[in-house]
Amino acid sequence: MDATEIGLWGVPLAILGGAIRVSTPFIFVSLGEAITERSGRINLGLEGTLVFGAMTAYAVAVMTGSPWLGLLAAAFAGLCFGLFHGWICKFPRVNDIAIGIALMLFGSGLAFFFGKPFIKPKAPNLPAIPFGGWSDTPQVQAALDVNVLFLIGAVLSVILWWAFRNTRAGLIVRVVGDSSDAARAMGLNPDTVRLLATGVGGALAGIGGAYLSLYYPGSWTERISSGQGLMAVALVIFARWNPLGCFAAALLFGGAGALGPALQSVGVTQGYYLFYAAPYILTLIIMIATSSPTRSLAGAPGELSITK
Amino acid sequence: MVDTVAGSGMPALFGARGYPPALEWIARRAEAFVIPLAALIVGMALFSLFILAVGKSPILLYETMWRGGFGSWFSVQNSLSRAAPLLLAALCVALPARLGLVVIGGEGAIVLGGVGAAAIGVALSGAPSFIVILAMGVAGMAAGGIWIGAVGALRHYRAVNETISSLLLAYIAIALMNQLVEGPLRDPASLNKPSTQPLADIYRIGNIPGMDVHWGLVVGVLACIISWVLIEKTRWGFAARIAGGNVRAAQVQGLAVGPLIVGFTALAGGFAGLAGMLEVAAVQGSANASLAAGYGYTGILVAFLARHNPLAIIPVAILLGGIDASGGLIQRRMDLPDATVLVLQGMIFIIILLSETFYGRFKAFNPDLWKRPDLVRGTA
Repeated sequence: MDATEIGLWGVPLAILGGAIRVSTPFIFVSLGEAITERSGRINLGLEGTLVFGAMTAYAVAVMTGSPWLGLLAAAFAGLCFGLFHGWICKFPRVNDIAIGIALMLFGSGLAFFFGKPFIKPKAPNLPAIPFGGWSDTPQVQAALDVNVLFLIGAVLSVILWWAFRNTRAGLIVRVVGDSSDAARAMGLNPDTVRLLATGVGGALAGIGGAYLSLYYPGSWTERISSGQGLMAVALVIFARWNPLGCFAAALLFGGAGALGPALQSVGVTQGYYLFYAAPYILTLIIMIATSSPTRSLAGAPGELSITK
Repeated sequence: MVDTVAGSGMPALFGARGYPPALEWIARRAEAFVIPLAALIVGMALFSLFILAVGKSPILLYETMWRGGFGSWFSVQNSLSRAAPLLLAALCVALPARLGLVVIGGEGAIVLGGVGAAAIGVALSGAPSFIVILAMGVAGMAAGGIWIGAVGALRHYRAVNETISSLLLAYIAIALMNQLVEGPLRDPASLNKPSTQPLADIYRIGNIPGMDVHWGLVVGVLACIISWVLIEKTRWGFAARIAGGNVRAAQVQGLAVGPLIVGFTALAGGFAGLAGMLEVAAVQGSANASLAAGYGYTGILVAFLARHNPLAIIPVAILLGGIDASGGLIQRRMDLPDATVLVLQGMIFIIILLSETFYGRFKAFNPDLWKRPDLVRGTA
């Protein structure tokens, strides 16, 4: 039953399983951030939204006994945070990045404040689908236990990719993101579009938080998020604001995050903390490799302050 | 006080021309005091509503906060001790901010500064104490300076967003510290809480005479004064302010923007590293996970509240140190979670940022408009 039974094959298998498990919050947060950034704003506060979403989902699941109600509540809480960010940023000279930092602190603070009584009780988890049922090897079964949210995230990234290209709403978001003036000339109000885009982005980040507390790691603690909300922002840049790219990048990050535990499961304990830092190092390397001082990033929304 | 002088009623008393120069002088400067102060009050008022909503008394809360932060000599000293690292952590945000950079990863520089200082302190044990303490300070500043200087260099030479890279580097720094403290630098005697070997007593930094506050407070205040002189009174500071206003304009003027950015960010990181060194040499006695106590994050709030003015950082850091210090008492006396203080800080932070929108909007702060009613419209 132990990992040595399938030898070193356990490592790639554990990484695959880990990539699926760890990547889900990245998928939702990065898709949300992609929508927000496509509209020309950046919301760094998604980290706080993620933590608050995790707490809300867990608290509601404990109180009602339904993880799905918890998920819904987290999405609603995320929506509120997003709308708040979107509303406050419309005032002249209010910096969207700085407001994001403030919301990061505020969201975490509120989550810790209200989450204190929920550290102890156990909430029902979101269900997973056992795709590994055909195998007798427990490692394979564990790796292919796929949560429903992962599948929803995968479908959502395809839908968003299609919607950005082919729907009126997708076009409106892109126009507003590329040029406020062009949008105004078309009779669109950029502030309203950004408000809605940030709201939807916040709701998706809330769902990502719900996954953290209701499935993996599956409990509410004050250390539930280790910067996923923030890495997602970097990930969106890497994915060139393309939802399909976000999905692929999230898988890559999930795999990097699973590296440490996977190696530990086969007995490699040296440098555990450095492997733990692998996703951050990977993010940084990718940012260095894909940024350039002389040309603007391909596919970058023109109004985005982070690329100006 | 200041705000009543600058209030809208005053100018009318003097007619269209011939305002006393002193009044104009005060009015021009009042904006920088009145708006943040008003924002602080609004933030605290909103927090009162929050406390009312959870069924507690805001009056009791602020009274407890005052008592825990500044009510007695004991609590004042506690607040001042907490203000010491905040001063340096806030400089790590404020200095790059003058160049237009939003660096929020000071926590990483604090952690590595502490580890670097502890490693040097242990390695040099046996040497005279002033040499060791000096070397620890240099090591702490170097570790923090390299860390945040790299953020500046990546920003300028690779156009990597400094906000995200600095925060990623903070996570990496904490992982690095855990690795070092649990591995090569670990003191075998530290069982529950992995730490480096404890510093000998002669290498520890003591208290300011007559106070239960370590010398780090003096170091922090000096660092703020030096930073203010650097920004306001030297040609480097002048160049930095130009680059912060408009990078293109600075480059057209022939300013070496690259070295300026790397230099300022490295100095900023150096100050944060010094905060880590002081935590090790004056408080903890060794480097361990307590270094990541969140000073770097509270420092962000301090810097924004002070509007990145190094002199304003001094009172703001003491205020925030006091709020921090009162957290325990609030928890015990009012049965509120320790995160209460975080919620207050978050609210104040948001209101302070929102208040940016009010600068330049009030006629009272702009004597030019007192004499020229025709200019009132159309000055955005």
